[in-house]
Amino acid sequence: MRGARDRDDRPGGPGTGDAAAQEPAPESVPAVDSRLIVREEGFRGYAGEFRRKLRSGELGSLPVVIAVVVIWTVFGSLDSAFLSAQNLSDLSQQIVGTGMIAVGIVFVLLLGEIDLSVGSVSGLCAAIFAVLNVINGMNEWLALLVALAGGAAVGLLHGFFFAKVGVPAFVVTLAGNLAWNGLMLQVLGTSGTVNIPGDSIVSELYSTVFESPVAAYAAAAVGVGLFLLASLLDARRRRAARVPYRPIAEIVLRTVVLAAIAFAAAVVLNRYQGLPLALLIFLLVLVVLDFVLRRTGYGRRIFAVGGNIEGARRAGISVAFVRMSVFTISGTMAAVGGLFLAGQIQSASQTSGGGNLLMNVIAAAVIGGTSLFGGRGTVWSALLGALVIGSIQSGMNIMGVSNAVQFMITGAVLLAAVVVDSLSRRSQKAAGRA
Amino acid sequence: MTDAPVLSLRGVSKRFGAVQALSDFELEVHAGEVVALVGDNGAGKSTAVKAIAGVNPPDDGVIEWQGRPVSINRPHDAQNLGIATVYQDLALCDNLDVVGNLFLGRELRRFGVLDEVRMEQRSRELLDTLSIRIPSVRIPVASLSGGQRQTVAIARSLIGEPRIVILDEPTAALGVEQTAEVLDLVERLREHGLGTILISHNMVDVMAVADRIAVLRLGRNNGFFDKRATTTEEIISAITGATDSAVTRRQARKREQREASGEETP
Repeated sequence: MRGARDRDDRPGGPGTGDAAAQEPAPESVPAVDSRLIVREEGFRGYAGEFRRKLRSGELGSLPVVIAVVVIWTVFGSLDSAFLSAQNLSDLSQQIVGTGMIAVGIVFVLLLGEIDLSVGSVSGLCAAIFAVLNVINGMNEWLALLVALAGGAAVGLLHGFFFAKVGVPAFVVTLAGNLAWNGLMLQVLGTSGTVNIPGDSIVSELYSTVFESPVAAYAAAAVGVGLFLLASLLDARRRRAARVPYRPIAEIVLRTVVLAAIAFAAAVVLNRYQGLPLALLIFLLVLVVLDFVLRRTGYGRRIFAVGGNIEGARRAGISVAFVRMSVFTISGTMAAVGGLFLAGQIQSASQTSGGGNLLMNVIAAAVIGGTSLFGGRGTVWSALLGALVIGSIQSGMNIMGVSNAVQFMITGAVLLAAVVVDSLSRRSQKAAGRA
Repeated sequence: MTDAPVLSLRGVSKRFGAVQALSDFELEVHAGEVVALVGDNGAGKSTAVKAIAGVNPPDDGVIEWQGRPVSINRPHDAQNLGIATVYQDLALCDNLDVVGNLFLGRELRRFGVLDEVRMEQRSRELLDTLSIRIPSVRIPVASLSGGQRQTVAIARSLIGEPRIVILDEPTAALGVEQTAEVLDLVERLREHGLGTILISHNMVDVMAVADRIAVLRLGRNNGFFDKRATTTEEIISAITGATDSAVTRRQARKREQREASGEETP
């Protein structure tokens, strides 16, 4: 999923001969330095590449994948109910709210900043929707849009104080965390809790499940097919342009791995009720935002600002615009997540967006592999991190572990993730990769 | 060096508060020429460069671009004319790869989406024509050596196809081999017909690649020297203001004696 960024050039790749042919250079200059460590062909090459990446701290998604496997094995062996189709299907729905908010956090972390207000903002937006739709009888689509626009406006306000006024983002959003929580209580008024009916749009977005088994398989097939098509087209274009391209064997291998995961998920989901709409929306959001980050000029600007602010400025990038827009995205995604969480419990209450939600979403983004230090990360870490956090909570709920212990364990997992991030950054520095 | 200068500055002055940082500064840069701008700390080198690059527009004086007077009020104006500046701190994004850095802010697009293939292709072409040796254009800039980073920064300035390149202390932080790489690159800029303004403290580097040397002292021109007809000592005297010193007099006398006796000057 994140392969395009760590593509390696091959020795004497198709590009080498070309330059020499075009220009009768006095001496033939190899386009590839002989000191470059290049990957050998075939599977032995993969193993060597993998070992080298491990040593230099380019862990990518590896720690979190291992974490998921360990967590599932442990809970699965303690209680077989954990790995049941029902529990895993529920899990796939439960992670959506947290995951959506974590996507916004990933954007902010890429700038090397933090947004501490997302919990309160998610609660506020859920309250806005509930009060407008349920109490004031506004059209539910309109109320949904107002809630999302509210999240965006709050994010833009944070971004303005950070980018234009120059207040540290940490302080702005900490103030916002308190202020928006207060506004939410104000909006909810005296009743304190607004119940959202089960046929409301927000409830249905969360609870709708495509019961036909075809839906899950079709979604998996379309996803895998598009991935394969995009990879093949990219390789063909690179080949035609005589720049290094990914060999067909590697494309097939990647596609097979993706297909195995996608169809396994589809089988599990179909063994219970089918493909949840919430999960499908979450995956679509991830695909779209991943595309924005890696394939558009805007995404490139976010990475540039996260890497070197002065460098970005000299390159003509409006740092203030990037910062304000990223905080707007964060606020909007907090609103989206807040609405899914409200749909999950079918109410907006005084405790919405409180508790350990903020910690969980930041933990999800970091556990998933997005660096706290800016400039490195992917939106997929929101999915992986939310899966880890969700699995731990789900497993401990099944085993009847108390909240007290759950908090301590979640805290320990977050600390472990940050330690892995710091250590990998240190060894990346030593290996000249950070 | 035959035709009219690409860039010429006449009577350029800049004042910061009570300090006259630059007064009546003159400079001409032709296509295919390396002009070294040397001077002691505080002599006005940076002020002169910032005036050309549009960072600090001059108070007074004329800047002519290909014989036509222009006003450069913003860095953008300078870039649009075709003046590229490589600052000392390079300003590369460590987390982006070489291609990402080369095209930062000027990404090629295809259907509104980044055209990675064409950017990679053009990066390789550019690096090849400059004989820049980078292990791979797809590795993060963080893993390059200081000299390679400098060459990437210089190559980046060439993406916009400028006519004049300003290099601010390009060899200041580099080792022997890396300095050699960068100096080779400066010579290649000249071969490609670009005018180069090289700011440096290192006389060896200046004498190695410059065609002409402009000396600044206390914000004023203190002589232009043709590399072929000058010595390091002469330039250093101009920098320090000791133009008329015992050393220069002895040298002048020796030269006269040699010329009188018909010997060839080395």
